[in-house]
Amino acid sequence: MKAAVIVFPGSNCDRDVAVSLKDAMGCDADMVWHGDAEIPKTDLIVLPGGFSYGDYLRCGAMAAQSPIMKDVVTKANSGVPVLGICNGFQLLTEAGLLPGAMLRNANLKYLCKDVHLRVERNDTIFSRHYTQGDVIKIPIAHHDGNFFADAKTLAQLEDRNLIAFRYCDSGGKITDEANPNGSANNIAGIYNENGTILGLMPHPERLADIQLGGVDGKTMFSSLVETLH
Amino acid sequence: MKALVKVTLKNGVLDPQGKAIHQALGSLGFDGIDQVRQGKLIEIDLNENDEAKAHAQVEKMCEKLLANMVIENYSIELEAS
Amino acid sequence: MTTDSPMAEGITPEIIAEHGLNPREYAAVCDSLGGRAPSYTELGVFSVMWSEHCSYKSSRVWLAKLPTTGPQVICGPGENAGIVDIGDGQAAVFKMESHNHPSYIEPYQGAATGVGGIMRDVFTMGARPIANMNALRFGSPEHPKTRHLVSGVVSGIGGYGNCIGVPTVGGEVNFDKSYDGNILVNAMCVGLVDVDKIFYAAASGVGNPVVYVGSKTGRDGIHGATMASAEFDDDSEEKRPTVQVGDPFTEKLLLEACLELMAGDAIIGIQDMGAAGLTSSGVEMADKGGVGVELNLDLVPCREEEMTAYEMLLSESQERMLMVLTPGREDEAQKIFEKWGLDFSVIGVTTDTGHFVTRHKGEIKTDIPLDTLANNAPKYNRLYTIAAAPAKITLEEAPAPNSLKHTLLKLMGSADLCSRRWVWEQYDHMVMGDTVGRPGGDAAVVRIHGTDKSLAITTDVTPRYVAADAIEGGKQAVAETWRNLSATGATPLAITDCMNFGNPERSEIMGQFAGAIRGMAEACEALSYPVVSGNVSLYNETNGQAILPTPAIGGIGLIKDTEMRASAAIGAEGDTLLLIGPERGHLGQSLYQRDIIGTAKGAPPPVDLEEERKNGTFVRELIAAGDVSHVHDCSDGGLWVAVAEMALAANIGADISLGNQDLPAHAILFGEDQARYILSVDKAKSLEILEDARENGIEIRELGFAHGDSLHVEGGDEVKLADLRKAHESWLPDYMNTV
Repeated sequence: MKAAVIVFPGSNCDRDVAVSLKDAMGCDADMVWHGDAEIPKTDLIVLPGGFSYGDYLRCGAMAAQSPIMKDVVTKANSGVPVLGICNGFQLLTEAGLLPGAMLRNANLKYLCKDVHLRVERNDTIFSRHYTQGDVIKIPIAHHDGNFFADAKTLAQLEDRNLIAFRYCDSGGKITDEANPNGSANNIAGIYNENGTILGLMPHPERLADIQLGGVDGKTMFSSLVETLH
Repeated sequence: MKALVKVTLKNGVLDPQGKAIHQALGSLGFDGIDQVRQGKLIEIDLNENDEAKAHAQVEKMCEKLLANMVIENYSIELEAS
Repeated sequence: MTTDSPMAEGITPEIIAEHGLNPREYAAVCDSLGGRAPSYTELGVFSVMWSEHCSYKSSRVWLAKLPTTGPQVICGPGENAGIVDIGDGQAAVFKMESHNHPSYIEPYQGAATGVGGIMRDVFTMGARPIANMNALRFGSPEHPKTRHLVSGVVSGIGGYGNCIGVPTVGGEVNFDKSYDGNILVNAMCVGLVDVDKIFYAAASGVGNPVVYVGSKTGRDGIHGATMASAEFDDDSEEKRPTVQVGDPFTEKLLLEACLELMAGDAIIGIQDMGAAGLTSSGVEMADKGGVGVELNLDLVPCREEEMTAYEMLLSESQERMLMVLTPGREDEAQKIFEKWGLDFSVIGVTTDTGHFVTRHKGEIKTDIPLDTLANNAPKYNRLYTIAAAPAKITLEEAPAPNSLKHTLLKLMGSADLCSRRWVWEQYDHMVMGDTVGRPGGDAAVVRIHGTDKSLAITTDVTPRYVAADAIEGGKQAVAETWRNLSATGATPLAITDCMNFGNPERSEIMGQFAGAIRGMAEACEALSYPVVSGNVSLYNETNGQAILPTPAIGGIGLIKDTEMRASAAIGAEGDTLLLIGPERGHLGQSLYQRDIIGTAKGAPPPVDLEEERKNGTFVRELIAAGDVSHVHDCSDGGLWVAVAEMALAANIGADISLGNQDLPAHAILFGEDQARYILSVDKAKSLEILEDARENGIEIRELGFAHGDSLHVEGGDEVKLADLRKAHESWLPDYMNTV
């Protein structure tokens, strides 16, 4: 399997996700510079966390206009799987590949902590090694992760079963207290219609190593590798 | 020309920063505030001197980059520089 | 003003005084110029180079007394940061620096640029920053500005570090009314470098291009270095325009561009433009290389129009570097900086004149012998009086509380001991994927990427101890960082110090400084734990009120095998808890005395360095052998507080006994004796350890065992973990959320 990690000048989780991919795939991911016009042939595109262009103006807004994003959109539309983590999720919404937008966290503060997520689907390439309803622990680290979509879009996401993960308590209950940033319907991550694009605010690459305190994130990478290898 | 672009959150979109400002003003004793919404002001110096052309140009900039139409509105003011 | 010092046209004694130079210093300026008067621009250059901040004029004679060498030391004080060997051809580069005054005036930007500055000090040497820490001190929680300052400083530190993608892995936050008008923001950065790829500041060779890279120069921060060397008064808040604004995104680009160029061999010397900007970087590089330098200021990339030579030389605009390159390598370097979207300009050349020459619009603006600027700054042997050590208090002076249980709850929920979660959750402490010991423990533990090794990092000082007895307090600050590192299993390597004090022109303040240095030196010597970098911040006073003496110590240690490390939590239900170290019930200068009785009397706990070394080494060996993986050091608040912290971290309760029956329960539970560790181990292992310790002459006792969901102490007092957690976790968020 081949994976490409897109590197923006302000990306800072590019190495972290490359480490997780390598652990799962057994080989290095291609690191693709944002100024390039084309991504080499790949089975998976990853938009990593960070502050792509300093996140000035809006998170991910300027990155969405960068040369490489044209090719990301083309390849995504032709079915190449795309994983957007944190800033990558913000970027996917700014680029129109996923609906909605990210507002400032409800408490207005940057938040870096472990949160619990309920796995809403396990029938996608990203989630097949999870069990539906599983409660997993994965960290968040963002200032603007408060998912917003208008009522109609939100209803569509729910009706078409496009919610990937929701913030929950340790028992799997979806509560306001377990919602760290004010996201609509506790949404932590969503899919596109085909389930080939996943955007999520939590960082699976940050708990994919037992020395770091957990391996729930590793399951996402192993799911991908099993399907795409 | 100089363009002043105001970008604000759409009505109905929660504005946590505006809410915080509202609360802070209240605690300072400024009563009688119904709502506070905050946004961005972007100043652009343009070479274009034709008002209609300048407006069209800036409108494009807003749609493409300056505002996120999912959550934000924009307004454009032009003045001769 | 001395009558015989010449003055250039337009310069008045008032202008000279505004530049922070007294008449004798001004006379020395004229002397170093061969008797002529300095131009206005030259006056500015002298004023920053001879400021306390850049010249260490009051502290140099004392700093020289600190031990700075050891087999592990690759580079000691005097460079941008200190460097220690961590084996396998790798080295750790680290330093702590103050950004106190700017942070008081504009907390967000002051703290942010403090973080940016210390990171540049580290990557200037070729190291990739791998962890940030900070030591923060604010005024009394009741002071009307405290909340605003805490909020601004914390978000500023986060805003910068989070964006650049270096984890902020911990630090200290304390409150005391002495910091009401002078908060302390001490930022520390640790980087990783290959021993054969270290870069220094020296600009050797004549005729080599001097290159400016990074952001453009604006008028920000002009006179920041002199501001950091003057006392505050009520007008200081008007100095706002001089505060620099940070751009972490540009710093990230600068970091990547510098490291990319450093992979090759085009750079001869490199130095960041920190305090006193282009002046100090130009002067220091040339001076260290024993050459002269000539700069053409017309070529400095400027952000604002009509900037004068004075402004360009003194600007403290952030995210800029000065490099001396091997001739002919400019194009290669320029390509890299342009790829990262940064300014690149060859602005000068090294010369054989030994002078700092700058030209602007065809005129020579400065022509100063470098040697005088860098080394002939006045050096003061200021008067000092080290206060006599106070007597140890008697037990009658620290009476028992009405309730042990409520005392614990009050301490655990107090401003100084409550959970700092509210703070560190605003810092990205996990980016780079190597934070194996997160904030909240004794020391943060960060893996050396791709290896089995880790670095443990901590900052510490107990200012109330230093205030009571500067020598013991200085010793204790060093010993406590050593203990924090040992508690994780790390072998302590070296320290950086950030010496925050009041006005050195007062002999009692200079006495605090001298005493603290004496104590620190003694501890460093005894623990083979040298000082490799540091920073001095004096004049931390407002209207004559000085801060508590605060020699903040940042220590780092090496864990050879990351698997063999300890966390500060109870291990498992049923574990035996062992207490290593003395039980003398020392309550003088304790938090019990301050927060429960409401006084601050007597001697601080004495530090027995031999005992520290023995106990720490014993604990470290147990961890390295895999016998123990749950250890917490016992410090502020005493024994029961330490047990409570271990219990909360694991969500397992503990029953403990009182041991020394000659002492009252509250002295045992809340006394702050030093050199102590609590171990949580399984029962079978505990017997071996007890025996082993006794054979080695280590003071040890069975303290109790891990059990249930509450803390219980011999004699009846019991506290539910849930209540304790509530008290511990709620103070800071409740405080910060009160408008």
